[in-house]
Amino acid sequence: MLVPGKIQHIICTGNLCIKEVHDYLKTLCPDLHIARGEYDEETRYPETKTLTIGQFKLGLCHGHQVIPWGDLDSLAMLQRQLDVDILVTGHTHQFTAYKHEGGVVINPGSASGAFSSITYDVNPSFVLMDIDGLRVVVYVYELIDGEVKVDKIDFKKTTAAHSAH
Amino acid sequence: MISDGVEDEEKWLAAGIAGLQQNAFYMHRALDSNNLRDALKYSAQMLSELRTSKLSPHKYYELYMRAFDELRKLEMFFKEEARRGCSIIDLYELVQHAGNILPRLYLLCTVGSVYIKSKEAPAKDVLKDLVEMSRGIQNPVRGLFLRSYLSQVSRDKLPDIGSEYEGDADTVKDAVEFVLQNFTEMNKLWVRMQHQGPAREKEKREKERSELRDLVGKNLHVLSQIEGVDLELYKDTVLPRVLEQVVNCKDELAQFYLMDCIIQVFPDEYHLQTLDILLGACPQLQPSVDIKTVLSQLMERLSNYAASSTEVLPEFLQVEAFSKLSNAIGKVIEAQVDMPIIGVVTLYSSLLKFTLHVHPDRLDYADQVLGSFVKKLSGKGKIEDSRATKQVVALLSAPLEKYNDIVTALKLSNYPRVLGFLDSGTNKVMATVIIQSIMKNTTHVLTAEKVEALFELIKGLIEDLDGTPDDEVDEEDFKEEQNSVARLIQMFSNDDSEEMFKIICTVKKHILTGGPKRLPFTVPPLVFSSLKLVRKLQAQDENPFGDEASTTPKKLFQLLTQIIEALLNVPAPELALRLYLQCAEAANDCDLEPVAYEFFTQAYILYEEEISDSKAQVTAIHLIIGTLQRMHVFGVENRDTLTHKATGYSAKLLKKPDQCRAVYACSHLFWVDDQENMKDGERVLICLKRALRIANAAQQMSNATRGSTGSVALFVEILNKYLYFLEKGNPQITVDSVQSLIELITTELHSDSTSPEPATDAFFASTLRYIQFQKQKGGAVGERYESIKV
Repeated sequence: MLVPGKIQHIICTGNLCIKEVHDYLKTLCPDLHIARGEYDEETRYPETKTLTIGQFKLGLCHGHQVIPWGDLDSLAMLQRQLDVDILVTGHTHQFTAYKHEGGVVINPGSASGAFSSITYDVNPSFVLMDIDGLRVVVYVYELIDGEVKVDKIDFKKTTAAHSAH
Repeated sequence: MISDGVEDEEKWLAAGIAGLQQNAFYMHRALDSNNLRDALKYSAQMLSELRTSKLSPHKYYELYMRAFDELRKLEMFFKEEARRGCSIIDLYELVQHAGNILPRLYLLCTVGSVYIKSKEAPAKDVLKDLVEMSRGIQNPVRGLFLRSYLSQVSRDKLPDIGSEYEGDADTVKDAVEFVLQNFTEMNKLWVRMQHQGPAREKEKREKERSELRDLVGKNLHVLSQIEGVDLELYKDTVLPRVLEQVVNCKDELAQFYLMDCIIQVFPDEYHLQTLDILLGACPQLQPSVDIKTVLSQLMERLSNYAASSTEVLPEFLQVEAFSKLSNAIGKVIEAQVDMPIIGVVTLYSSLLKFTLHVHPDRLDYADQVLGSFVKKLSGKGKIEDSRATKQVVALLSAPLEKYNDIVTALKLSNYPRVLGFLDSGTNKVMATVIIQSIMKNTTHVLTAEKVEALFELIKGLIEDLDGTPDDEVDEEDFKEEQNSVARLIQMFSNDDSEEMFKIICTVKKHILTGGPKRLPFTVPPLVFSSLKLVRKLQAQDENPFGDEASTTPKKLFQLLTQIIEALLNVPAPELALRLYLQCAEAANDCDLEPVAYEFFTQAYILYEEEISDSKAQVTAIHLIIGTLQRMHVFGVENRDTLTHKATGYSAKLLKKPDQCRAVYACSHLFWVDDQENMKDGERVLICLKRALRIANAAQQMSNATRGSTGSVALFVEILNKYLYFLEKGNPQITVDSVQSLIELITTELHSDSTSPEPATDAFFASTLRYIQFQKQKGGAVGERYESIKV
């Protein structure tokens, strides 16, 4: 999967901290989108970012700006503000995916499984999104006690919701 | 002048070839007409061309090869003659009538070859005769080529066992004797070459000699091909005789080349069984001989041999290969007083690789090698030769690669002593190699003692060696180095909490010596390791026996305070603030209110005194609010103080929109959903109203300065916060206030003075859509939304 060319976009919620990580991600896929985490010194990373992939509009934010941290209702507000179908945030180091009428809120967790004051026993995890037409399938890869657990979440966008306004 | 010489040589070569071809032509004609007498006459004349002294060995070789081809044809003719009944003995006599000795000997060798083939006389007698008579040529180049010819035509006719020319009982000895004799004579001629001609051309001559070396070496190859040379014969005769010649010739070029030849052409098991003899010769060689290459080759070959099969390993033990090689190296270094440092390093490096391959279980051997190396280096100061330092890096990397486990390498007591001979730059390189080796490894359990030893090894990265900071270091390189140290610190783990605490203390001690440039890299990983330990201890009963010595979260927090404090002098206030907040939350989880309060105080002090950049303030205030929102350990008084301060900071941010957002974020400090005692609806409302006032002020300000109302987005954001608390059941948030806010936004968005804001339109539309949806939801939530008109 991590062979260059397999992945079209990388969406990263920040706290790469060092250039090596940035460079590594670039080798996997040159189309790299990063939001700034509170430990990133790289000032070129924006606080929030939106991008459109196929029929989907995606929003990206590290998440420390959204208080209470990890709160789904507050994240949903950010999602409305950015006007995106899929909002990707981080900060809590805990994988979550939440489907609601306006779209999906995803936290891919921490790929390295770094310490978090919010989450105890962080399991390293990341998310693979397969966007196809109006459908997105979210695969979660989580490393639990040395074994990789893969989960799948399906989301279908109804164009009606948007065209109504 | 030199070019003239070359031109002249070309002319002479051309003349030689012409003479040779002309006589060859007549020789062919004579052969075609079966005229033996003429054939011999012209072949002798043809071979006379090889009597020249004017050609360099290189050109002479060209001439020789042409003559060689012609001699093949002559040999065929002799064979034919013999088949037709001509007496080969007569032929052997006949060719001796040639007037000149050189052509005569070439012809003799040619007929001799046919003579052996005919088996009319024992091979050993003919060979003995030929090798003896060849002594007649004492000119080195001519002699070397003649004997090379003899070697060439005789190599398939040696009285080897199993060969058709096998003779009586001692037949192999005869074969060996012949080759040894030819070898000895050739080597003598070759060595003597250097003394011919003027001294000023010595360099050129040595170069020419070097071109001829394979003629001599070929004999060793022939020896190695003799079937009958078994270990015993090799040990008793071949090797001693060859070495005798090698040592006695006292010639640097010959000694180096032939030693190398011996190692390359004879089988590894022979070397192993004759180590004493072979190594015994080494200290006797000329002091200028590049013995390190020779011995390195030998050790490399033996290592590969050991790797080839486990069955051969007992042989190594039986002959005590390691101690023999080790001794030999010591003696060689003693004998060659002028050996450059690179030679010494290479020798020990090869020996280390050898022992790692052959005796991987004998760590003491490896340490012994390093120890001997240290002894040889002591008193010589740091190694300055860059090639030598590279070799030392290779030497020190070898055990890491072999064991792939730093714990094993740390047992090598001489390891850090070798590092001491490297300059600070190379020390850094080595430290990086060590860290990379640890990274590759997956088990990281170390004791504090090992961590201490490890830091000793990598101190090149931890502090400025020689006391002065190195300003020449490239920024990027420095970052990369320090990042690798940071990764290393994260690797340390030990399930035993007491030991882990000791590890943390050890790491702390070392990184605090690193100076302001390194601390921002090394402090965070140590803080996080400590917090991991805090979390582990928190799960255990605190101090069940009241044991003062045992590790407690409190002790760790004291340590953490000291570690983070180190960042203040850097200064790195933003990083320190983040780490203080992390600690505050950890203290909260441990129910340590005073500790958590202290950490918050430290964070606030930094915020007030050190963080002045407006953008940095915005991020910092969000982190403060975000953390404070999660704290449950504080009593009313402390909490009031901290929340009051936080809202105060929020309202004092530079930009109005930042103020507004921070203030509405503060509303969450008074309303925590899952805690009944943390629901102060009134103060939530105060925050939201304050945010509204700021949003208004922002708009007026933008009206005054830009002539447009600016962003309405802040109002939509606040509306969303109203909805949030309405939904959560905050009694202070009324439908009316929501309704008027919706109307306000609608008006603002349609106002003429508002510049079009598609993003805000979309945000607002999406918010209204959300309200619609919540209305339809029914239940308690639906009820709260019911009377909102959209």
